[in-house]
Amino acid sequence: MAEFKEAPAGASSAQQLMTWVDNRFPATKLYKEHMSEYYAPKAQNFWYFFGSLALLVLVIQIVTGIFLVMHYKPDAALAFASVEYIMRDVPWGWLIRYMHSTGASAFFIVVYLHMWRGMIYGSYQKPRELIWIFGVAIFLCLMAEAFMGYLLPWGQMSFWGAQVIINLFAAIPFIGPDLALLIRGDYVVGDATLNRFFAFHVIAVPLVLIGLVVAHIIALHEVGSNNPDGVEIKEKKDPKTGIPLDGIPFHPYYTVHDLIGVGVFLFIFSAIVFFAPEMGGYFLEYNNFIPADALKTPAHIAPVWYFTPFYSMLRAVTDQMVYVLIGLVAIAAVLAVLRGGFSGVVKLVILGAAVVFVALLMAFDAKFWGVVVMGLAVMVLFPLPWLDRSPVKSIRYRPDWNKWLYGIFIVNFLVLGYLGIKPPSDIGTLVSQIGTLFYFGFFLLMPWWSRIGTFKPVPERVTFHAH
Amino acid sequence: MTKRFFLGLLLAFGLFSAAHAAGGGAQLDRFPADRVTNLPALQRGAQLFVNYCQNCHSASYMRYNRMRDIGLTDEQIKNNLMFAGNKIGDTMSVTLDPVQAKDFFGAAPPDLTVVARSRSGPGGSGADYLYTYMRTFYRDPNTITGWNNLVFPSVAMPHVLWELQGQQRAVFVNEKDAHDPSKTHSVFKGFEMISPGTMTPAQYNEAVADLVAFMQWMAEPHQGQRVRIGVFVLLFLAVFTVIAWRLNAAYWKDVK
Repeated sequence: MAEFKEAPAGASSAQQLMTWVDNRFPATKLYKEHMSEYYAPKAQNFWYFFGSLALLVLVIQIVTGIFLVMHYKPDAALAFASVEYIMRDVPWGWLIRYMHSTGASAFFIVVYLHMWRGMIYGSYQKPRELIWIFGVAIFLCLMAEAFMGYLLPWGQMSFWGAQVIINLFAAIPFIGPDLALLIRGDYVVGDATLNRFFAFHVIAVPLVLIGLVVAHIIALHEVGSNNPDGVEIKEKKDPKTGIPLDGIPFHPYYTVHDLIGVGVFLFIFSAIVFFAPEMGGYFLEYNNFIPADALKTPAHIAPVWYFTPFYSMLRAVTDQMVYVLIGLVAIAAVLAVLRGGFSGVVKLVILGAAVVFVALLMAFDAKFWGVVVMGLAVMVLFPLPWLDRSPVKSIRYRPDWNKWLYGIFIVNFLVLGYLGIKPPSDIGTLVSQIGTLFYFGFFLLMPWWSRIGTFKPVPERVTFHAH
Repeated sequence: MTKRFFLGLLLAFGLFSAAHAAGGGAQLDRFPADRVTNLPALQRGAQLFVNYCQNCHSASYMRYNRMRDIGLTDEQIKNNLMFAGNKIGDTMSVTLDPVQAKDFFGAAPPDLTVVARSRSGPGGSGADYLYTYMRTFYRDPNTITGWNNLVFPSVAMPHVLWELQGQQRAVFVNEKDAHDPSKTHSVFKGFEMISPGTMTPAQYNEAVADLVAFMQWMAEPHQGQRVRIGVFVLLFLAVFTVIAWRLNAAYWKDVK
């Protein structure tokens, strides 16, 4: 047990109170470690706003969510009407609801930008691997949270979107139909599904999400923030104070800095909430103003925009695409055997594994592999810290052509997202197949391409121009 | 684009008829959007809605006393817009039995509270759709009701406002496909009046605009308040952002 400290003689009552508290709870210690003596690099740019903004959106979603739950009825017969009740009869209910529905999309926008920042500045590299892994887990939770929350208004798109996605699980061999039944709690999406999704949406997933966010921040504050130069500021410390030369206290410098981000973000957020809450049918889909009807299938069922890049990859896996995958597996196996420099036994194992994999590709339906591809598209983010073999972190000091590669990656992701909104077409499928191959190629070939090229010298100190 | 969207909608409602595929998908006329803030227009729209639409269609998320927001008193609502036996805080339900309605029309009339929102799409807003829909009914001997509609082919609903608009006939002309001369399309060329209604075409357009204004307002009664508050919220946030920016600059002055 730590020693009890005494407040200095003549201390104010506030100081005495803090001494009393600090002897029982590390309030001052936590405040120093995470705010006033947490040293962040002074050169962080625009891209570093999105972490704090994601936290802001999380708070908005939780607070508005609490008020929505006070009036919402998780019952298939009442849900749609209760949402309209919130929109009309609950004082300020419309504002709370629009903040929550816009917040869902805003969450994905800031999180995608936050992840993109991590990718271009190598924020996932050693020693920040766990921050990245917690982050990807947060992203997964967010997807589950958004998917289950979208069922709750019980409109046509809620119902049929859930129907389509749950049916994807039914494509899994052997356990699929039972798994889908377990998720639905019924043979069709119905009251049981609505109730369990409600339970997950308001309790289970948010609990996990908050836990992961805490872990994400603790891990970050343990190793310190990265910066656009990818320089470790802890390597250059003031010999007297032990404070990083390029570090400044998070509070007040970054709290006040993040306030600008908050202002700009809330301006855009409010512009949508107050002037375009449907956002042209992307944030609130028009069909969702029709109550769920199990007998009327909408002609075109598209997931909400934030899922569409992954949905595109799912749809890209047609029978022809499976042949392409078989070809790629074969080429990869042959290359590994011929050029990999493995011993004879390992070569045999690689060949055997490839044969088994090809057999599986041929044995199961393309739809199943589509589901696998969609799942892998998210899962492939987890090993990113080990896929990247680049000697530098930041894109600033990587070979110039890397900028093009990352540029194509982001354009590709946006194109996949766009195609996922549209009804399937021949040309769209072809483009999304190429896009899917590029997406996976980008990650899976990263151990190879991230080492190639001329790297620029990384400066010893961060690049900073005083304001 | 528009065409595909409406074909999609029709499929969605299970009322699609291949025979009309070529004729459907008219361009939507633009609803005069400023009318949603015009109280006399909204009140007249409410009257039309209650007298014509609410005989079959409910607006069951909408309470009668919400119409205070369009400048009516409880007394006015009770005396002019409600049936006997309803209370002022009741929702605008309908006495028509949905099972019977399905027998009569082949489809139960949908609830109209938020129809102005659900009918939005790439071709135009939900109000544009309703404004066009209510003005493009035409006589068609091939349908059960004797009525057809340009934006909703083979619609189950007969033309409820026909006494006001009169009866019109649609003129379709077969034209060759520009890309494939072997195909022909039935192209809409305009309406011809068979018998006039009690209103002139201009008066009828005004009446429909008022009705649609009411439906657009009913779909989101707080839309006016939302926009008014939004202006002040954005003004506040603009000032807030400027202050945050200067505050940041003041703090960061020391960082070299």
